Amino acid sequence: MVFMGAQDDLILRVSNLTIEISNQKIIDNLSFGIRRGDTLAIVGPNGAGKTTLFRALLNLVPYSGKVEWNGKVKIGYVPQVLSVRDIPISVKEFLALKNESESDIDNVLASVGLDSSAIKGKSMSVLSGGQLRRVLIAWSIVDKPDVLLFDEPTSGVDLDSEEAIYGMLRTLTARNKITLLLISHDLHIVREYSDYALALNKCMVFFGESREVMNPATQKLIYGEPICKEYGEAYA
Amino acid sequence: MLDATIIYSLIVGAAVGLAAGYLGSIMVLEKMALVGDALSHVALPGLALGVLYNFNPLVGGFLFLFISAVLIWHLGRVTHLSFEALVGAAFTLALAIGILLFGDNLDALETALFGDIGQVGLISAVAAVIVSIAVIVLTRLIYQGIVLGLISEELAVSRGINVARVNLLYLLLVSVTVAIGIQITGTLLVGFLVVTPAAAARTVSSNLSRYLTLSAVFGAISAISGIILSSALNILPGPLVVISGVVIFAAVLITRWRMKRTGLG
Repeated sequence: MVFMGAQDDLILRVSNLTIEISNQKIIDNLSFGIRRGDTLAIVGPNGAGKTTLFRALLNLVPYSGKVEWNGKVKIGYVPQVLSVRDIPISVKEFLALKNESESDIDNVLASVGLDSSAIKGKSMSVLSGGQLRRVLIAWSIVDKPDVLLFDEPTSGVDLDSEEAIYGMLRTLTARNKITLLLISHDLHIVREYSDYALALNKCMVFFGESREVMNPATQKLIYGEPICKEYGEAYA
Repeated sequence: MLDATIIYSLIVGAAVGLAAGYLGSIMVLEKMALVGDALSHVALPGLALGVLYNFNPLVGGFLFLFISAVLIWHLGRVTHLSFEALVGAAFTLALAIGILLFGDNLDALETALFGDIGQVGLISAVAAVIVSIAVIVLTRLIYQGIVLGLISEELAVSRGINVARVNLLYLLLVSVTVAIGIQITGTLLVGFLVVTPAAAARTVSSNLSRYLTLSAVFGAISAISGIILSSALNILPGPLVVISGVVIFAAVLITRWRMKRTGLG
């Protein structure tokens, strides 16, 4: 397995992580690390354990092995499914669940390209898909996290808006020195907007620089049928 | 000139209406309106024991609600059955036991089921005000956690919120509010105060603060107008509180519909 950079720089070190749910191994003996300020994309087919990995990093599921955060780290998490449209809650009230400072709310909305005065009184239920994603990004950073775990930041957004949103995420995480871990299905996005990629399949793991990991051969292995016996564990 | 009983009843009605409306806003958001309604019936055996053994029936009702809420909460965690299933089973059992315990004391059964403002005194009024204030303050404290849990339970857990504990506290708050409200509307109809004001408020609210405020206000108006009508017409208060609340609900729906038609909404 490969750790990128000096060991001291790691903000997160995962060693021999194994997660079993209902006697089924979802993740088997996974090890990787990420440096402060880097962006790590986690890719893989449905059922590969991407979201479960996030849950383990947040200590929401039992696991064996080690998940070590370097020092006191404030973690922000944005799950894939958020039931914000079923609740009569305004954008301002939603952001205030994490940070009640009016000026912080105005600043963070501006930083995601939204007109704060126009949008903060609106109900979350009337936002367009693109506006909702921007508000979620604002929400993810409004309490100034050190690390952000983002499960599919652009689900439900058209392709044009997708690149804009990832570009904005990159700017925001760079400006605020946020370490970003994101789950994505879009391999082009992973190549363009992440420093490192962790590709999971039921039986294989590839970890390395995104442009290296996200080559056609790896993609075929990760998204094709699992061939556990032949390949076992493989690390790029 | 209003007599003291009516004034005390109005105080209890306003206090319970506010607290029940406030709490009910969560029930409606959680799509647990029927749970709140059904849970209220669990008080019946406790009321019956109070009548049979000469202690305050409301204390018995509260104890039954409290114990049932804790049991349902615990069974929900252990069995992973939904609150709907557990409350559904508990309330029918409680109704059956309650009716058996009342036996042929049909007047007391009627009071337990539909309320009686004639029995409301100064102590009840003071207790209702204190309990309702405490309920609203405590609900306010857990509201943020509940809303986060509604948005995403794992998100709430990841932020250190003990969702199970918050749910337990919430169930206890519902129990105490329902117990106080029983004297006005009876155990069969008190669930109404938890459900309908919040449903009316939900249709005209785009933000949480408006939703909470309207839900509490609609609850109080339903209770107060029902009690005034009950006193004027000399009819049981419970059904009149329900009818008042439904009129508010209908008025809100019609107003909203007219505003939409005229482009104002």
